[in-house]
Amino acid sequence: MIVIVDYGAGNLNSVKKAFQHIGADAVVTSEPASLAAADKIVLPGVGHFSALGVLERMGLREAMSQNARAGKPLLGICLGMQWLFDGSEEAPQITGARLFSGTCRQFPLSVKSPHVGWNSLTVQKESRLLQGLMQDTFVYYTHSFHAPVVAATTAASEYGLPFSAAVEQDNIFGVQFHPEKSGPAGLLILKNFCEVR
Amino acid sequence: MLTKRIIACLDVDGGRVVKGVQFNNLRDAGDPAECATTHARDGADEIVLLDITATSDERGTLLGTVARTARSLFIPFTVGGGIRQLADAAAVFDAGADKVAINSAAVHRPELISEIAERFGSQAVVVAIDAKRGNGKFEVFVAGGRTATARDAIQWAREAASRGAGELLLTSMDRDGTRAGFDCELTRLVSQAVSIPVIASGGAGSAADFIDVFRDGCADAALAASIFHFGIESIVELKSRLHAANVPVRWPC
Repeated sequence: MIVIVDYGAGNLNSVKKAFQHIGADAVVTSEPASLAAADKIVLPGVGHFSALGVLERMGLREAMSQNARAGKPLLGICLGMQWLFDGSEEAPQITGARLFSGTCRQFPLSVKSPHVGWNSLTVQKESRLLQGLMQDTFVYYTHSFHAPVVAATTAASEYGLPFSAAVEQDNIFGVQFHPEKSGPAGLLILKNFCEVR
Repeated sequence: MLTKRIIACLDVDGGRVVKGVQFNNLRDAGDPAECATTHARDGADEIVLLDITATSDERGTLLGTVARTARSLFIPFTVGGGIRQLADAAAVFDAGADKVAINSAAVHRPELISEIAERFGSQAVVVAIDAKRGNGKFEVFVAGGRTATARDAIQWAREAASRGAGELLLTSMDRDGTRAGFDCELTRLVSQAVSIPVIASGGAGSAADFIDVFRDGCADAALAASIFHFGIESIVELKSRLHAANVPVRWPC
């Protein structure tokens, strides 16, 4: 069973719908205790980084960190991926999970913000999550802040500068784009996550 | 590289896709869920569903139609028409939309833009602007183009962006349904006035029109309905022609 963490920000239906479409058993929950029973955890998210402050208050931050440290597969999507880093300039008072190092920043003023639309992935190294994807596959983005390219970056995209499109280390995964909105390529990525052991 | 988006629009009346000319003379163009799936398969980058008579009929958005259309759609899905308050937007998101397009209600009460943006994020708020030429300016119209507001479209675009809109859906009423090409001047003026993406709408008739609005109109995305519904220009053909003209598009998709 895949647990989609609900912390009151945005709309989780489309993530759940996409997992169900590929035959996965997915439930939405805000209960820290139900994370222990899950096979895999998904932290979705759209909107403002400050919304992630709720994770701490609801006890979800600790539950997620514990499960991730124990090797349970964790996938952060969009804002959920940014949370895996140290933090974001969008809400400096909120500490991220610090599973990847670096701070999320705004795009340069030379480009429109938010970055909205389909951009290509430059796959940089072998990845279980991106397995089977062609180089330069298009995925759908909508965000104003971005995570830096780090050692765990498996794919980057370019928008005024190169940024982390996907990160992966052990069983911790993050994607800045929305796989649930990226057509067949996105569904393949979610299927790859389902198959992680 | 970020690509220019091709958005297929479904104007829905009474649960059916329809298409008019300059906002009138509606013709039936099919079932919304079927049209959306077909367009997605053909390479549309997004789907927009507009319940075009919700405001004039003084009723809510057709949530059943929204849910049915969203069910097997895995590309971005925007819904507009009949969204007057935060609760209406929440119901549309619950039914499966990723973004809401607000028009008349945002003009009447601009605070609605920030209310939805604060709850669901700016990326979920598209402010739709219907603009018409007159006296050397572009005037904003509401209620599906039925009511003039005396507001200037460029100023309204700036205000909508500053209140938290994530994108603007800009329709030229003069070009709507005419297939005479997008209004590149209007699109450029708005696109240069704001730092958020602008979707051009109204007047799509050929691949050349899309090339013009991306190059001269500085549009980030372009929306069309009638040409796709009646198969005059397939999305596949349109995208291959844009690609050949060096316009960045999601190709192959």
